Amino acid sequence: MQLTNLTICEAHELLTTKKISSVELTQAMLDRIHEVDTKVKSYVTVTDDLALEQARKADERIAKGENVTPLTGIPFSMKDCISTRNVRTTCSSKILENYVPQYNATVTDKLADSGAVLVGKTNMDEFGMGSSCENSAFFNTHNPWNLDHVPGGSSGGAAASMSASLASFAIGEDTGGSVRMPAGFCNVTGIKPTYGRVSRYGLIALVSSFDCIGPLARDAYDCATVLEHIAGHDPKDSTTYQSPITNYTQNINQPVNKLKLGIPKEYFVAGMEAGVESAMQEAIRAYEKLGMEIHEVSLPHTKYGLPVYYLLLFAEASANLARMDGTRFGLSVSENAKDVIDIYLQTRHEGFGDEVKRRIMLGAYALSAGYYDAYYLKAQKVRTLLRRDFETAFASVDILLAPTCPTTAFKLGEKTSDPLEMYLSDIYVVSTNPAGVPAIALPAGFSNNMPVGMQLIGKHLDEQTLFQVAHAYQQVTDWHKRNPEIS
Amino acid sequence: MTQTIDTKTVQHVAYLVRLGISEEEAQTFSGQFSSIIDYFNMLNEVDTDNIPPASDIANAENVLREDVVKPSMSREEFLKNAPQSERGYVKVPTVLGDE
Repeated sequence: MQLTNLTICEAHELLTTKKISSVELTQAMLDRIHEVDTKVKSYVTVTDDLALEQARKADERIAKGENVTPLTGIPFSMKDCISTRNVRTTCSSKILENYVPQYNATVTDKLADSGAVLVGKTNMDEFGMGSSCENSAFFNTHNPWNLDHVPGGSSGGAAASMSASLASFAIGEDTGGSVRMPAGFCNVTGIKPTYGRVSRYGLIALVSSFDCIGPLARDAYDCATVLEHIAGHDPKDSTTYQSPITNYTQNINQPVNKLKLGIPKEYFVAGMEAGVESAMQEAIRAYEKLGMEIHEVSLPHTKYGLPVYYLLLFAEASANLARMDGTRFGLSVSENAKDVIDIYLQTRHEGFGDEVKRRIMLGAYALSAGYYDAYYLKAQKVRTLLRRDFETAFASVDILLAPTCPTTAFKLGEKTSDPLEMYLSDIYVVSTNPAGVPAIALPAGFSNNMPVGMQLIGKHLDEQTLFQVAHAYQQVTDWHKRNPEIS
Repeated sequence: MTQTIDTKTVQHVAYLVRLGISEEEAQTFSGQFSSIIDYFNMLNEVDTDNIPPASDIANAENVLREDVVKPSMSREEFLKNAPQSERGYVKVPTVLGDE
């Protein structure tokens, strides 16, 4: 038995029957991180001492049988844009390289309350801006399935930490595919919940109206377990829903044979890698066998999803990142500064990477006098149309199926010279965020020995059906159980 | 409609977001911005007459709370992250210049 490969469910069973302790499980995870992560490089910070302390406390809880949850004693990784008190939180940016938050994100608090064990903070594209993790200011993360390839982004470290068995679950964040796209590239299951399901308090904001924290795990069942513990209303985030959180795992085995599966025709067009296309066809056949009705549907504004997404991202990000100004926290470059503006100019010049610079400047451009109507306002109008596309489709089907990316993981360096080319790799995942609907990514096979990801997109607040349909597929396939040989 | 974004415009938006950039960087960004903005112009194909802009995404209701003082982070704790502080304040150089 390899402890680091266990699902949350399996580990919980062994912990509560006292066959293993959380200290043993956590130590095994830390040992593997120190051995394997020198190659994968998924972690920015490893929290050895804190993890072992939390593991000891979890063991006490289990020994006393008090307040034991399915996450008690389970080691996890956290994307480095989510605040952790007294643990460095960098967003993989030079500007926050030595930033240590004085407070926890709500998600951090909830996981601590459930007894989960934080083993470290994972690498990402700087402030979430990127699709390959190559925009980290620190180092590249490698795809565990082939170290010459990218893990995807921006939650590349989170997906790689799961795929390489360096955590039992990972907390990621999805602004426009940042959980799903790397999950697909790394053969991991990951969910972007409905906007407003999980509190954003303490998440370092990229696009406040898109950002969704969501878990990555070994299967849909584990994702459901984690989401149950982190979702819910938070007085500190007024966009969170008041409605109670369903017990997702309790109903996950409900039959799917009465459900209608929609195939959006705009997602199945030229440019898709042959192996990705055939994996999707196979998945559709699997659902047919499970008794689901298959319908072709249309999301006519799909091709505009990418420009809408990026324009709104640029605009919101340029405002959100204004707080990184070198005066109250983070990097401060003040040599020969004659006034406070000089501190801003110098700090931001040295602290931000090229992609961040590009995006905040383009944001200011899209919002500036003379261009506001043509870009920002236009994008918000087309966003309404994107939302209506989903509403129309969901009037006739329960769930949609699509790939997470037109290709499998590309090679490191392959797309770094052309920013627009990199943006295009997000084409299948971006539309859900402006619409706010939930989507889950899961392993669907292999193409040229690299994982293929598929996503299921659901109705507003209907994570339950997503979990059910993903779980049903994982009962009849074993793609999600395959682990890479890291060499 | 093809738009070129010259280096002067790049310098201008850089200043708007308080970002120092060199002449060389402005050159590189200028070329990249033109092709990105050109791609965005695809939105002009979409008829958006009578389409309202999206404004809310989740709960469309106002969220109110009692206006009561609650404990918050102490000044000492807050200043731990400040690059420079003095007598309980964040310290920065001149904000209001003599121009």
